[in-house]
Amino acid sequence: MILAYALADPSSVLRLGHADWTALLCIAHAERLLPTLAHRVDGLAIPESAKAVLNNARLNAEAGRVRALWEIEMMRRALAPREVPVVLLKGSAFLAAGLAAGQGRLVGDLDILVPRERLGEVEAVILEAGWEWLKVDAYDDHYYRTWMHELPPLIHRDRDAMIDIHHTILPLTARPKPDAAAMIADSVVIAPGLRMLCPEDMIIHAAAHLLADGDLSGGMRNLWDIRCLVAEYPLDGLEERARTHGLLAETERALRLSGVLFGEPKRRGLVDRLYLARLTARDGWGRETLKLLRFAFYIRSHLIRMPFPLLVGHLFTKWRKARSKG
Amino acid sequence: MKHRFDVRVGPISFRVGSAWAAPIAALQSLYSDYPASATVPNYTVRIEPERPWRRLIRPSVAIRGDHILPDALPLPLAQGLLAAEMGMNLQLALGERRFLLLHAASVEKDGRGLILTGESGSGKSTLSALLGANGWRFMGDEFVLIEPETGAIHAFPRPISLKNASIAVLESVLPDNRFGPRLVGTPKGDIRHLKPDPDAIAAMDQTAMPRLIVFPRFGFDAAVRDVAPGEAFVRLTQASTNFTAMGERGFNALTRLVTTVPAKAIDYPDTTSALELVASL
Repeated sequence: MILAYALADPSSVLRLGHADWTALLCIAHAERLLPTLAHRVDGLAIPESAKAVLNNARLNAEAGRVRALWEIEMMRRALAPREVPVVLLKGSAFLAAGLAAGQGRLVGDLDILVPRERLGEVEAVILEAGWEWLKVDAYDDHYYRTWMHELPPLIHRDRDAMIDIHHTILPLTARPKPDAAAMIADSVVIAPGLRMLCPEDMIIHAAAHLLADGDLSGGMRNLWDIRCLVAEYPLDGLEERARTHGLLAETERALRLSGVLFGEPKRRGLVDRLYLARLTARDGWGRETLKLLRFAFYIRSHLIRMPFPLLVGHLFTKWRKARSKG
Repeated sequence: MKHRFDVRVGPISFRVGSAWAAPIAALQSLYSDYPASATVPNYTVRIEPERPWRRLIRPSVAIRGDHILPDALPLPLAQGLLAAEMGMNLQLALGERRFLLLHAASVEKDGRGLILTGESGSGKSTLSALLGANGWRFMGDEFVLIEPETGAIHAFPRPISLKNASIAVLESVLPDNRFGPRLVGTPKGDIRHLKPDPDAIAAMDQTAMPRLIVFPRFGFDAAVRDVAPGEAFVRLTQASTNFTAMGERGFNALTRLVTTVPAKAIDYPDTTSALELVASL
């Protein structure tokens, strides 16, 4: 919780001693929020040694930002002649559009969303432009193409940078079926050839990613994204929009968790408390704690990604492959 | 964590946590001349059981911390000191962005900073240790830290990790109390750490401007040739662990280094001739 307090109320760090600072910076690094924290506490009177760590993180994020924008530009140039609507997702969109959520945001892969009916065309252009498949296994390929919301990951042969090409925001096998066509239709132009989701959809996507897909790893950062988006935009149509995508419960929970973590007095149920415990399960050495709870969320992440019989088949195939390799 | 050790080396401070007492005791002895960092460390290193039960049963030391190499192999507990040292190197190699890092050794005399770089086995550790015993100030044998804003070298004088044949070379010229325990059968062969001269540690906050870059090569007849800036640049990008991640600042720092500092490649058949060659440059 020490990290959430510091992000929500930067002046709270003025009370911290060296030991607290050490823990805070270590946790922030593990949650990939160190440069975000650096941005939040910028200008405050903090110990020189903590400043050095934050400065290092800031330099890292700044170089990463330049690299991420360059990757976006390379992708844009490759796809421009085709006039495909390209929607930037997550961190890439925050950086390109200069949103508050992009301040200090570390961006790993470039995530884009394109219309499903043009996926084949986009794939061909991207391969032509120097990106290559990261995994070449026939089963993995089948897994992505049949059940997932994105193509298998691609990596650029010269720049070593990954691109994830999405055609929707959740696995096709997950229960909620968001309306990807509506997301693209209502997306917003950032710059010529580049779009981002409308603010409501950005929040719904973050909520879906956090609560209807993964095991909550890196969830604190997702909730910080949401908090920044909520603060930046009026969101009168959010509830209606979330209902359209079948993600109302996820969106409401994400807003509640983000509110509670970052200092708004909100009612939290028992289940919310489990989520909050999982989201903050890290000690002052950066180690993961609450292993059992983490494992439970890990199991859950598999169960919500695909129906049980399909999951059993998938895990069996993975297990057989691992065994034949080992 | 149960056991903890804090240390500052030049501009970098570490906190090392360990599940076992022995590696921390070894660190305390090896780093007895260094200041303990009482403030917020730059990096956290954890040496911990690979799996919970491997603390006591066939102890196996995983190297973790802020930055982790996913496929790093664990080490036996007898090599816990090496695990901690590797953990510290790893944090810096992957995490540092304030300084351009070169996998290189450096020494200084009369304000002249010498950078010695080359692949493993080129002899940069051995040479820097010998130069340190022959009137030069030892500034580090693992990483050279270049400050992009000034071009200065910041000292990072960690204990020198001597490997295999070079252990005996230094044992013959320096007293036994300068050495750590001999670690036998590590992934890199036998290793013995050599503590830098106490004066070098005391002077670790003094920077030096680089005056010469040397690419040594062991096992050839003595020879010296000039290295053009373009070649030096390419070879140093390969020797840097964070050149790409530093972006434009890294590019500018390295460009400035190779265009303002001459570079020489030296071949040497034995350490005596290497020292003579360096003295002649």
